Order: sequence, then structure tokens, then C-alpha cells
Amino acid sequence: MSENMTSGQNPIALHRALERIWGTKPGWGRLAAVNHNVIGIRFMLTALVFFAIGGILAMLIRTQLASTESVFMDAETYAQVFTMHGSIMMFLFAIPFFEGMAIYLLPKLLGNRDLAFPRLGAYGYWCYLFGGLILIGALIGGVAPDSGWFMYTPLSSSVYAPGINSDVWLLGITFVEISALSAAVEIIVTIMKIRAAGMSIDRIPIFAWYMLVVATMMLVGFPPLILGSILLEVERAFDLPFFDPTRGGDPLLWQHLFWLFGHPEVYIIFLPAAGAISTILPVLAGTPLAGYRMIVAAIVSMAFLSFGLWVHHMYTVGIPHVALSFFSAASALVAVPTAIQIFAWLATIAHGRPRFSIPMLHIFGFFFVFVIGGLTGVMLAMVPFDWQAHDTHFVVAHLHYVLVGGFVFPMLAMAYYWVPHLSGKQPVQHLSHAAFWMVFIGFNVAFFFMHLTGLLGMPRRIFEYPSDFGWETLNFVSSMGSFLMAMGFALVALDFILLFKFGRPFRRNPWHAGTLEWAMPTPPPSYNFASIARIDSRADLLDPDKIGPRLAAGDGYLGMPRHDRMEVLGVDPISGEPDQVVELPRQTYLPLWTALATGVFFLLMLFKLYWLIPLALAAVIGCFWLWTVRDGSPIDRDPVSIGHGLKIPVHIRAQIPPSHLAMVLTLVANATLYISLLFGCLFLWVSAPNWPPQDVSLDIQILVLAAVVSILACVGSRLASRKTNMALAGNALAFCAHLLSAALFLWVALLTLPAPSGHAAIASLFVILIYAALHGMIGAIFAAHAIWRALRGHDEAVRSLDLRIGRLWHDYSAAAGVCAVGFCLNLQSLIAGSTP
Amino acid sequence: MLWGSCALFALVLGLFLAAWFVPDFGRRLPPDRWIVWGGLALPLPVLIALTLYAFNQGEFLLKGATKDTEDVLEVRATGRMWEWDFSYPTLPGSVAEPGVLHIPAGRTIEIVAESEDVIHSFWVPRLGGKIDAVPGHANRLRIRADKPGRYGGICSEYCGTGHAGMRFEVRAHDEDGFVRAVSAETSE
Repeated sequence: MSENMTSGQNPIALHRALERIWGTKPGWGRLAAVNHNVIGIRFMLTALVFFAIGGILAMLIRTQLASTESVFMDAETYAQVFTMHGSIMMFLFAIPFFEGMAIYLLPKLLGNRDLAFPRLGAYGYWCYLFGGLILIGALIGGVAPDSGWFMYTPLSSSVYAPGINSDVWLLGITFVEISALSAAVEIIVTIMKIRAAGMSIDRIPIFAWYMLVVATMMLVGFPPLILGSILLEVERAFDLPFFDPTRGGDPLLWQHLFWLFGHPEVYIIFLPAAGAISTILPVLAGTPLAGYRMIVAAIVSMAFLSFGLWVHHMYTVGIPHVALSFFSAASALVAVPTAIQIFAWLATIAHGRPRFSIPMLHIFGFFFVFVIGGLTGVMLAMVPFDWQAHDTHFVVAHLHYVLVGGFVFPMLAMAYYWVPHLSGKQPVQHLSHAAFWMVFIGFNVAFFFMHLTGLLGMPRRIFEYPSDFGWETLNFVSSMGSFLMAMGFALVALDFILLFKFGRPFRRNPWHAGTLEWAMPTPPPSYNFASIARIDSRADLLDPDKIGPRLAAGDGYLGMPRHDRMEVLGVDPISGEPDQVVELPRQTYLPLWTALATGVFFLLMLFKLYWLIPLALAAVIGCFWLWTVRDGSPIDRDPVSIGHGLKIPVHIRAQIPPSHLAMVLTLVANATLYISLLFGCLFLWVSAPNWPPQDVSLDIQILVLAAVVSILACVGSRLASRKTNMALAGNALAFCAHLLSAALFLWVALLTLPAPSGHAAIASLFVILIYAALHGMIGAIFAAHAIWRALRGHDEAVRSLDLRIGRLWHDYSAAAGVCAVGFCLNLQSLIAGSTP
Repeated sequence: MLWGSCALFALVLGLFLAAWFVPDFGRRLPPDRWIVWGGLALPLPVLIALTLYAFNQGEFLLKGATKDTEDVLEVRATGRMWEWDFSYPTLPGSVAEPGVLHIPAGRTIEIVAESEDVIHSFWVPRLGGKIDAVPGHANRLRIRADKPGRYGGICSEYCGTGHAGMRFEVRAHDEDGFVRAVSAETSE
């Protein structure tokens, strides 16, 4: 193996060798793609198709509302149309689109070759596509969800929505959310670990800071929604009454869980767009971004605040006024970090010399529209105003100003800025101006007047209105504006098609940017950089024109392909010094197979073929297990050379390998779900009518035994990792203990509890016990994997990574088991105490 | 609130356009000052004042937009797909017709909103805020009509295909008219 990596290698030969390793194979091989370029573009294109579908639905809505007593659609069709418009735009367009953008851009901005988990990215994409197809299929079949995009119970429960419609939403969206969670884990780990050498935490590009915050918010924001969806689906499928007030449930539980996700969601959508502006604007203004550190502080505080104001969606549900004013103050306060960013951008413009360009025009659109949306947002944060405007078209106008202003205009700006990178061509620009003004004017005409319609008292989600209410003229104007906007979007699409067909090629860095994504050929090769840079200043103040050719000549780190491996550089999260070579898995069909198996699981749930579900689950677990099989090569005993005289270990032997960090993050998301579940049960105890239940008899001895046994599992795994010769015995102990504790939890849940369909308290205990049992079973799988490795004679002293990851799970599931038992006992004594 | 918003909007957009098109505009102010003045000094006092004012206003509205909190008439409003029923628990023998709420003008009315099926929301745009009728809960809202007359009411939480038609009417009478209205219907 060649260890010398001096400059002077032939760049073309190097390119060919790397492309052979990293490139996606043609033909059917495309289905095995794991490369972030391919996955990112697929995410974005798919999201645009969904955007078009959602846009067409919006046009149907505006056609219906353009006149009074319209007979264009009936109430049922209209319900499906507005529900799907909201659901598609939120879950199938906005989130996946910025995920795709982050997947495409992050490795380039961070100066590395790929994301930390290429297969996970591919799996997330397939989950997104299949979940989206389920929803669109339902729309075509006329059985789309019809309870509004936030699916309030009991309207969405099996009593009032007996059809398949609500199940489509709950299962389809949860399926799609897998991609959001996997993207969150992947983005955090990538930003922490996979960067250019020398890129310390205070040098990472501002966009990476934004995405780090966004991904963390996704990691703890999505679990409450997923939990809510699971509980509601369980209620619909198995009659466990979490939201049924006649049996101790509470519809408000759904609202809390939904908005605990739903409000951070707004910032999850806005922040990537703001990150794009913070990246683009300084380049267009020709000056460094003002207040880098203050912006970082602002977005971190915004993330914290955003989890404390979900109740402002629920001012009218009967919560005491003093409690409301806490959330009102928090909602108003969140305007401050926004204002800090706005004024940092204004300062950047003032201190630079902005060029007139199409992205700048869209940034103007962003300022104009988003500031109005922010100001109406402050109005709505005020409780008395909201009592008037809540659930009217004023809110509809506000949320479109925020989302279109805070997401669509910045996305258009970044599209005009980065599409040259993606296509290698510069825009023609004949249509761009007209397209912008049509979208901008159309949008404002459509939605500005909608504020007035709302103030005149028109509620949301009505499919017809009488002619004597004076709403018709305003609605007609809004409809005309929205059609103009739709034509504007069609022009934007045409503009980009023309760019790809007739754009002028350019050499490097057309915007004279200072970020690393321009230090590569465009369109980018699959491996991004032929070698990896060392940087010595902030990552947006570099000179790509100098760095690019040197990297292409192999003058950085890892500038030599070896053993056909896909290698990226892993760095210390704080200092940015290289600490490991991360070997990525090659192209594989496994993500596709795994996503198909997952899809079969969701379809079986949807069509209520519950007896086949164990088979689907086994298939999913089997597929995931195959992901771990292929790593047994003995060549990684010693540190390997990365060039410039540096030798560092391969990731399986490193201190903090990416997958270890990923497991920690997964457990954080899992714990968020679990905590939401426990607090949800407590909320029912406090708020729901018809409490306490008649009879909560728990088999306490068995429960305590189950908790003790689950602790034994984590003792076993510790024994195994302490001494190599104990590997087999320790893991066998962990395996048996997990199985036994799972069996005991199941025993209590299935055989000794009163019927869970009788009361929400019993249903809650049932779900908590099943959760503990499920963790035992998964723990048993981890232990079985470790046993299999020990039997195959793996050298555990060297390759302890899989065991360490397993140990994290064993510890977590023991803690979850103990908490479950403690919670059950407490709830029982609380109920006993409150029963007269 | 409207004029304040207009002023802030004009300020931010004006700064944006000035910074973009006027050479050297704002260049003498260092970036940190820009951020501290615009991001902290500008919004904080506005927000604090607004929040406090809104809290007071909210308390006032909760009491029924009147200082006189003694003389309150309780009305039970029950939503079901897709109509409202009203009753007067404190007026024995009174009867109300579905979809029409008779109230005395100039007196504070406490609506107790309940639901028999899904979530509805009681709203009379010209008389005050709205309150959700959540099944299993009884939520309270005070409204008041200063003058006799007819006021339109609607359901403002989506409650299924009949949501658009779930309207009702509030008829505010003088004291005599009210007594006649709630008792006369028995004879009709």
C-alpha cells in the first residue's frame, strides 16, 4: 500500500480511482445508492413533487372558496383536500426538503466526503418515499385523512372516523417520521465528527450550527408526535381509550402531544432557511457575517424557548388564564432571538456592498413577508387577541406568512444560489425576475386580504359560507392572488428547467464565496474532495479558489484510495483534530430491503392484518441485523496513515466512534418518547374526567422481580466487557435476563391487569409494561448478536464497538424497566389514595 | 397593536432597503451595536409592555368585560354534530329552542360549553372571544351584549362535514323581552 501522499499525483487518475469506489453504479445499481449527493437530490426532487401536489390541492381550496355557496366540492371532499394540503406541505414537503438540502450540503460545507451513516440516509429516503406514497395513494383512492392536519381527537377516533382515513395519516406520517429521526441522528453525528481537519467547534460554518440546533430539536421534538400517533392508532385498532373521555381518556392529551411537537416544528422548518440566509447573505454582500457568536447564542436560545410555548395553540381549550400568560410571555419572548438574527443580517448588508442578484431579490421577499408574519405572530401570542382570531382565517394568513416567508422564499434564494453548484451551470435569468414578482405579488394578494377575512369572523375549514356575511369579495381576491402565485411557481420551475438545459458552464466559485463547497469541481463528484483539507480559520472565510486545486491534486489528508474502502476523516468534536479514519459501508441494497420490510409492517397495520405482523417485524429485525454482519477484516489492528505523516486509528478502535454517538442520540429520542408517555399518563390523572378507575390490581411481586431481572441483564453485559473470557457467559446471562424480564412484564400486562379497554389508566399501565417488555426483547437481540460474535471468535478486546453499543441499550432498558415498575406502583398508590 | 406593527414593519423594511441601496448607510454603527439595539433594545420593552397589557385585558375579559361581577346569568351551551343546544340551569322551567340563544342585554352571561361528541368551539364574533367545547370538560366563557339585537354565532373548531353549517343565533332582549322569550316558548 502506498503510504506517500505528496502532491504531484495525477489528479485525473486519483479522480478515476475514487469515483470507482464512491460512485453509484448505473442501472439497477441506482437502487443501492448510499451517496449523499444522490440521496440529497432524491430527497429534494421528491419533496418538490409533493410540493406540486400540495399546491394543486391549495388551488382546489381557493377555487372552492372563491364564491359563496360553491358547489365545486362537497364537504367530505373538501375535508380531505384541506387535510392533505396541510399534511403534505408540512410532512412531505418542508421537512424532507431541508433534510435533502442538509444531506447534500453539509458534507461539502464541512469539507468531508460523505455523511456519517450513508445507509441510514438511504433507508430514511425509502421510508419517506413509501410513506408519502401511502398518503398519495389514499388521496387518489378517495380515502385520504379528513380530520384536519392536526388530527384532533375525538373527531379522528374510531367512533367519529370509522374509515381507514385516520389510519392512513397516523401510519403514513409515522412511517415518514422515521426518515426525520434518522436524518436528525445522521446530521448531529456528522457535524460533531465528520469535518475537515482543524475545523474546531468555533470554526464550523454557520449553516452547520443551524443544522446542529435543528437536528437536536428534531430528535426531541418528533418523539411526542410519534407517541401520540402510536397511542391514537392503538386506540383505533385495539380500543385502548387514551383519548376517550367516557373511559378516563382526554382529547386534550392529543393536543398537548401534538403541539409539543408542532410548535418546535415551526422553528425546525424556519431555522434551516435562516441558516441558508446566514450563509448566502454575507457572500452576496461581500462581507463576513456580522455577529456569528450572537447568532449561535440566539438560535440555541430559540431552540429552548420553542419547547416552552406549544400551549399558544391551545388558548381556547379552557386552561386557566395565569397559565396561559406564562406561555404568552414565552411566545412573545421568542421574537427576541428572531430580532437578533434579523438585525445581524441588516448589519451584514449595511457593512457590505450588496450586489443585485436573484437570490438577493428572494431575500428581500423573505424580509418583507416574514416580518409581517412575525408581527401577526406577536399579536396572536397575546391571549385576548387570540380568543378573537383563533381558528379564523387570520391564523391561516399568519401561518402562511411565517412558513412561506420563513421557508419558501429563503429556499428559492438558496436554490438560485446553489443550483449552479448542483448543475455546474449558471442561470439564464430571463424568467427569474418575472417569476419572483409573480410569486411575491400573488402571495401578498392572496394572504394579506385573508387577515381581513379572518377579522371579519370567517372560521377556518368551512367549505361554504352564506352570501350575506360580506366575505365573498375578500375571498375572491385571495383566490385570484393564489392563482397568480401558482403561475409564478410554474415560471420558477420553467426557469430551472431552462437553467439545466441552456445554462452557461463556469469554472469555479461563481459567487466568490468563502466556504468549502465551492472548493470542488461542479457538478460535484461522488466523493466531493479528492483529499481532505486542513483549515486554519473560520469555515466561511476561506479561499476555495486556492484550496480546490490543491485538494484535487491529493494534497490533503486521505488523498489515496486503498483497499477499495470509502474512507472519511473523523475529528474531535471540539478541537477538530483528526482522531479516526471512519470507514463507510459501500453501496448496498440493504436500506431498500429494510425499508420495504418496514413498509410491509405499516401496510399490515393499515389493513388490520395483525396476525401477520410478527413476520414483518422479524423481517425488519433480520434486515437490520444484516447491516452489522460485514465487518470482520483484520487489517485495522494498527493506526493507519492519513498522509502528512499522521497515523490515526480506524473508527472501530477509536474512543468515540460515530455509531456510538448515534446510539446515545437514539436513546435520547427514545427516552423523550418514554418521558412523554409517563407525563401523558400523569396528565390524564390530573385532567381527564371519570378518574380514578374502579380497579387497578397489579401483581407487585412479579413486577419487582422483572425490574431486578432487567438489572441482571446489564450486570451480564458489564461482565462480558470487563473480561474477554467472560464474553460468552456474560452475554448469555444478559440474553436470558432480558428474555425473562420481557416475559414477566408481558405476563403482568396480558394476564393479570384488568382489561385495558376499560379505562385509560389501565391502558396506560398496559402500554408502559409493553414498552418495558419490548426493550427486554430488543436487548435480547443485542445480547444474541454479542453471543454470535463471541462464538465466531471475534477479538473482543480490539473490536469492542458493537459490545459497547449493546451495553448502552442494556443500561437503558434496565433503567426503563425500573422506571416502569416505579411508575406503576406510584400510580396505583395515587389511585388508591384518591379513591374514597 | 396594528399601528405599532405597521411602524415596526416599515422600520425593518426601511432599514433593509436603505442598507441595500444607500451606499455607506449604517456603516458607522459597528455590527454588535446593530444587533444589541435592534435585537434587544427594540423588541424587549415593546414585548414586555404588550404582554402586561394583554394580561390585564385578558383578566378583564374573563370577568365578562365589566366591573360588575355579581349579576351573572349562567347558560349551558351543548354542542353536538352539528347544532348547539342551550339551557338555563338557574332559571327553572325555562325552555330554549335549538340553535337560538336568548340573553338579556346589558347583563354578563357565563357560557358553560360542553360537547356530546367531538370538539366544537362556541364563538359569537361580535360579543367576545371563543371557548372550545371539549368532551369531558365544562369550559367557561363570559360574554355580554350591551344592546338588544341579533348576533350571529358559529362553531370555530373543525368538527366534521357539517362544520360549516353549525351556526346559531344570539338574540339579546331587554329584561322583559328576555323573560317572555324563555317562557313564551312553552306556550308556542
